[in-house]
Amino acid sequence: MVVRGSAPRLKRSIGTSSTQAAIVRTGRDSRPGLSAFNRAPPAIAARNLRFAYGGDPPRPALDDVSFEVAPGELVAIIGANGTGKSTILKLIAGLLEPAGGTAEIRGTEVRGPSPDVGLVFQEPRLLPWRSSLANVAFPLELAGWPRSRWEARARDLLGLVGASDVDGLRPHQLSGGTRQRVSIARALALEPRVLLLDEPFSALDALTRERFNLSLQSIWKETGTTILLVTHAIPEAIFLADRVLVLAGHPGRIAAEIPIRLRRPRTLADLDAALVTDAAAQIRSALDRGVTPHLRGEDTG
Amino acid sequence: MTRRRLRDIVPLAAVVAVAAGFLLLWKVLVVVGGYPIFVLPPPETVGARLWTAWRDGVMEPHVITTLSEVLIGFVIGSGLALVAGYALARSRLTERLLSPYLVAAQATPILALAPLIALWFGTGLLSKVIICALIVFFPVAVSTMVGVRSVDSQLLEVGRVFRATPLQVLTRLEIPGALPSIFGGIRVGATLAVIGAIIGEWAGGESGLGVLINLARGSLFDTPLLFATLVTIAAIGVGLYWLILVFERRLVGERG
Repeated sequence: MVVRGSAPRLKRSIGTSSTQAAIVRTGRDSRPGLSAFNRAPPAIAARNLRFAYGGDPPRPALDDVSFEVAPGELVAIIGANGTGKSTILKLIAGLLEPAGGTAEIRGTEVRGPSPDVGLVFQEPRLLPWRSSLANVAFPLELAGWPRSRWEARARDLLGLVGASDVDGLRPHQLSGGTRQRVSIARALALEPRVLLLDEPFSALDALTRERFNLSLQSIWKETGTTILLVTHAIPEAIFLADRVLVLAGHPGRIAAEIPIRLRRPRTLADLDAALVTDAAAQIRSALDRGVTPHLRGEDTG
Repeated sequence: MTRRRLRDIVPLAAVVAVAAGFLLLWKVLVVVGGYPIFVLPPPETVGARLWTAWRDGVMEPHVITTLSEVLIGFVIGSGLALVAGYALARSRLTERLLSPYLVAAQATPILALAPLIALWFGTGLLSKVIICALIVFFPVAVSTMVGVRSVDSQLLEVGRVFRATPLQVLTRLEIPGALPSIFGGIRVGATLAVIGAIIGEWAGGESGLGVLINLARGSLFDTPLLFATLVTIAAIGVGLYWLILVFERRLVGERG
């Protein structure tokens, strides 16, 4: 099993505001109502983020985007093409520098890539000359782990994502879905506190995608990692997330924030629940409206 | 017989069949044309001469000389070309400064340069190594430059995410990513190195397969030995190419 530390983790609801974390991970202490816990900085924070891609004239991609993600929370960002969803992830991962505002990881401003952050791209981006095992071990090798340690760790991670049987195969010998599993295992290699997923299952068919969503839910449960997921698919966002941030407009802005109050662990059957339909309707409506006054605090329950 | 074994055997059988066809055509040409042995010896005469040349120790010292020139020149030329190719790929300034000279050097026939090099550096090993290195340099440098430039930028971004150092980017991403292209250049370079050594020996030398060709053609008037030397040169070229192919398969492998 691949977990950070040895203490058991507790996920529980703290507070009523939808802007606060609905589901969190305590990390070390499982006692409820711990004040120190409430003071903990958010795992991810975007504060008035602005970004424009270079060119003449520059193409604004994001404008005044602010949100927080609590430790252990799983938040989805949904939006149409060109609303800056992937840009947000790259800013948080430290691959881009904001034109204004700040991105923070656990209270520290992002100034470049950090071992605290794992990023899974839309394409698996596996190194074609390496086996699955060696691909998962890639970040560990870079971090200077000895072979005996990285090999065991990489095997554990392949097991976690359900890809143990392909450890010796190269990417071109894997299906698209398995490649993405290996890519997720690689992103988890350095035990990041935060995992950023950029439409990781967008290339998969609907049925495979549902299976992968179940897998992702159990990986999240097992590792307790904070996850920020970018997706196009409303059912996927509702199934996985504690909250859905709707991004709309050009440049993109947060148009709505919709909490998902489904029990965990979720099953595919939960997607038939009435409150899911309500949440989906709200998301669709926010997507249709584009940038509108924030819907913070609205409840689907 | 398994399908895999069959897949391995079929290309080998095709190579043998083509070689047999070539020998047969050669023989037919000799018989029908009625050429004398000093103009076009039949294949069996060349085979017999090749055998006696090896048995009598005529071939061996020349092969050792040529092989030494080829290997040393190839290693030096390739090594310098890898460094230059990387610099050309990563620095626009280096490319702008060096490209015209590289192209000019490549466009100048090595056949014209060889006598000059022999004049400046003598008729020993050094001049041949220089000629081999020069002839190998261009294809390897260009293939390295193209290979490094074509490394997928998305993979380089993966390196950034995992905070790879510049040295790690070079050794873990750029070199492995560029290897297929680099090996393309190395394969061409290896065969050119053999040509370079022969040209160097023609320009001046006491030993080597180029020297043996001159001897067989001139003072010995031994056309079958000339043909046997040509076969040996071709075999060296094929052997080097094959050796590099083995390395390439091992290092590059299947990438889909």
